[in-house]
Amino acid sequence: MSDVVCSGFGGQGMLTAGLILARTAMILGKNVTWIPSYGSEMRGGTANCNLKISDFKIGSPFVTDIDILIAMNAQSVDKFMPMLRRGGLLVIDAALCGASFRGDIRIESVDATGIAERSGNPRGANACMLGALAASGALFGRDETRGGMTAFFDSKGKDSAKNVSCFEKGFELARNLQGAPAWT
Amino acid sequence: MAMLRPRACSAETKYCPGCGHGIANRILAEVLEESGRDKRAIGAIGVGCSSLMPDTFDIDCVQAPHGRAAAVAVGLKRCRPDCAVFAYQGDGDALAIGLSETMWAAIRNERITVIFVNNGTFGMTGGQMAPTTLEGQKTSTTPMGRDAGATGRPLDIIKILRGLDIAYLARGSLSGSADIATAKKYLMSAFDAQDAGYGYSFVEMLSPCPTNWGMSPSDAMKHINGVVRQTYPTGEFLRGGGNE
Amino acid sequence: MKELMKGNEAFAEAAIRAGCRFFAGYPITPQSEVLEYLSRRMPEVGGVFIQSESELAGISMVYGAAAAGFRAMTSSSGPGYSLLQEGISYIASAELPCVVMDVMRYGSGLGDIFTGQSDYWQAVYNGGHGDYRTIVYAPSSVQEMADLTVMAFGKAEERRNPVTILSDASISQMMAPVELPAMACHDPDAPAWALKGKGNGHFKRHTSVMYYMNEYDGYVRAKYEKIEKEDQRWESLETEDAEIVLVAYGISSRICEEAMRSARAQGRRVGLIRPISLYPYPVNAFDGLAPRAFLSVEMSALGQMARDVALACGMRAPVYSMLGGTRLYSCSDVEARIGEILGAAHGAF
Repeated sequence: MSDVVCSGFGGQGMLTAGLILARTAMILGKNVTWIPSYGSEMRGGTANCNLKISDFKIGSPFVTDIDILIAMNAQSVDKFMPMLRRGGLLVIDAALCGASFRGDIRIESVDATGIAERSGNPRGANACMLGALAASGALFGRDETRGGMTAFFDSKGKDSAKNVSCFEKGFELARNLQGAPAWT
Repeated sequence: MAMLRPRACSAETKYCPGCGHGIANRILAEVLEESGRDKRAIGAIGVGCSSLMPDTFDIDCVQAPHGRAAAVAVGLKRCRPDCAVFAYQGDGDALAIGLSETMWAAIRNERITVIFVNNGTFGMTGGQMAPTTLEGQKTSTTPMGRDAGATGRPLDIIKILRGLDIAYLARGSLSGSADIATAKKYLMSAFDAQDAGYGYSFVEMLSPCPTNWGMSPSDAMKHINGVVRQTYPTGEFLRGGGNE
Repeated sequence: MKELMKGNEAFAEAAIRAGCRFFAGYPITPQSEVLEYLSRRMPEVGGVFIQSESELAGISMVYGAAAAGFRAMTSSSGPGYSLLQEGISYIASAELPCVVMDVMRYGSGLGDIFTGQSDYWQAVYNGGHGDYRTIVYAPSSVQEMADLTVMAFGKAEERRNPVTILSDASISQMMAPVELPAMACHDPDAPAWALKGKGNGHFKRHTSVMYYMNEYDGYVRAKYEKIEKEDQRWESLETEDAEIVLVAYGISSRICEEAMRSARAQGRRVGLIRPISLYPYPVNAFDGLAPRAFLSVEMSALGQMARDVALACGMRAPVYSMLGGTRLYSCSDVEARIGEILGAAHGAF
């Protein structure tokens, strides 16, 4: 069971990142729910989605204790970091590295925005973030996530090659900023 | 010459003596039957005196919610494009509570025919002011006569609809045999426009309401010809291909 | 093969697959995906999609389409659902079938667009005028949304009555894998009530059936008594030995099921009744149950469903309410309330 929140500014693709993970989960035969924030909820500077992935029946689709937080802006870190479980994983854009973080969580960092821009695919930052998530080993592996991403873009009738490339770079360039506390 | 009653007018109408609805029903039935459309006609009937029509008019029909006859007709026509679909409504129905539905069916140039009976009053509810009530006309809610300063001027819907890309627009009168024959021609032209696929057609009919006007049937006819027509001139206003 | 879909999209696609070929509606959050989906999908199957000028017009168009024999529907949310009531009453009085979805958001007036369950009274006890009921189904998952939508069209025709899908912002906005139903055909010429012009036969008219019926009072009573007897739907989970039985529908039932599993894991005997039909209310689900307490859980501040629970259980045990509204309760809130009630019940004995 993984309770995931993906959050960032509108346009940073965090809802799509959640959808890619949801599709990956579906392909792997898991139960999954995805629910977006919308309307006035989004006016606070974050567009986010709640994702629950489980081998068992899923109750509430709303996440209260987060296992994995993928955050692309400071507002998202401020808003959701307190809800991370002890030992949970925070995946951040490297631009946020200077912030102060809880000591009882794992942090994976990747220069998603920079990689995406240098790749000529500025909208591919979310794919980089998913690469970092795969590198952390906390949810799905590299091949599984790539497969989910390809299936997602296929279902939209879109070419996934540029995003897969960002995903691969994210996977390779991700670095572990803070390890798991010893007791986890 | 023997006057044969149209088959669709199967029973005595339930309207008041001298009411124009009976004439409107009759010429509508004649138009449908003379053109063979009665077999594929469906009506959406308004609320008010119009709602007495389904009891005595042997044509497929739906009793619409008050003001929504045009919308019901749109649902029917979009599903049954080969049927001759009409809305039959009075002035309160089409222009007060149902003005939005009237306008939007016209704006979308829906292929329906709206038959609009204008007798200047809410007949069924006891003669209250309608959007079409004349200035100075006494009704049960304008006991001192309609004051345009407080209630606005009588609504001439033809003036508004003329600006839209619709297929056919006419106003006739039920106040004399020659006028009734002309109104019948307008109705036929309206259904022809619908069948040709040109779009929305609208025929208004000036109609007497002796009961609520407090007049004899013959005085009510004279009142239309002498007074009502000054506010609501008759004639054909649009005849064409709409925006097809 | 499963598809990943929003509840709103599953509703729209399931309707298409049930043979629905007419939709007229007006945008409102959190329902607008239905319009967006059908604006694309209806033309693909030769159906009619109309973005109507208002909900008043939209439901009247549905009335016309239903009278023409088509499977027809509309959808809305709170404020727009209020406007649909006029047409729903007319359609019910004319005994025509149609499907209407209300995606509940919270609040009266303009309210807000977050999830809520405050349209229960309006949907279940009729927002419209007169002596009628609409059959009301409340899905609690995207899969159930698809399944109940198909069932709704069949039931609407079987009972010649509008059927309401009472969804909420969570179920409608949520995405989950869904197994879509197979494509079915509906022949609009087949229903006895279908208007297509009288041809060489006798004309048909659709208006209140009471005008042309001698024993209407008894007739309409018998119609709804039959529905109340035969059309109850619910899911019972672990109610047999339960000390406390939760009662919840839609999004609240998901939260309650999670709370129930968690409480069971801690040795508390908790059960759940999940009404699927809200009209008819599944009173049979309460037969033979004798818990220490019932707890009705809903996202309305006034406890709109709680009195139906009280009626259904005959007050054989105390009925408590857990109420939401602007606040979304969580699984742990429900567990805490269970603890309070059982603690109090034990204390009292």
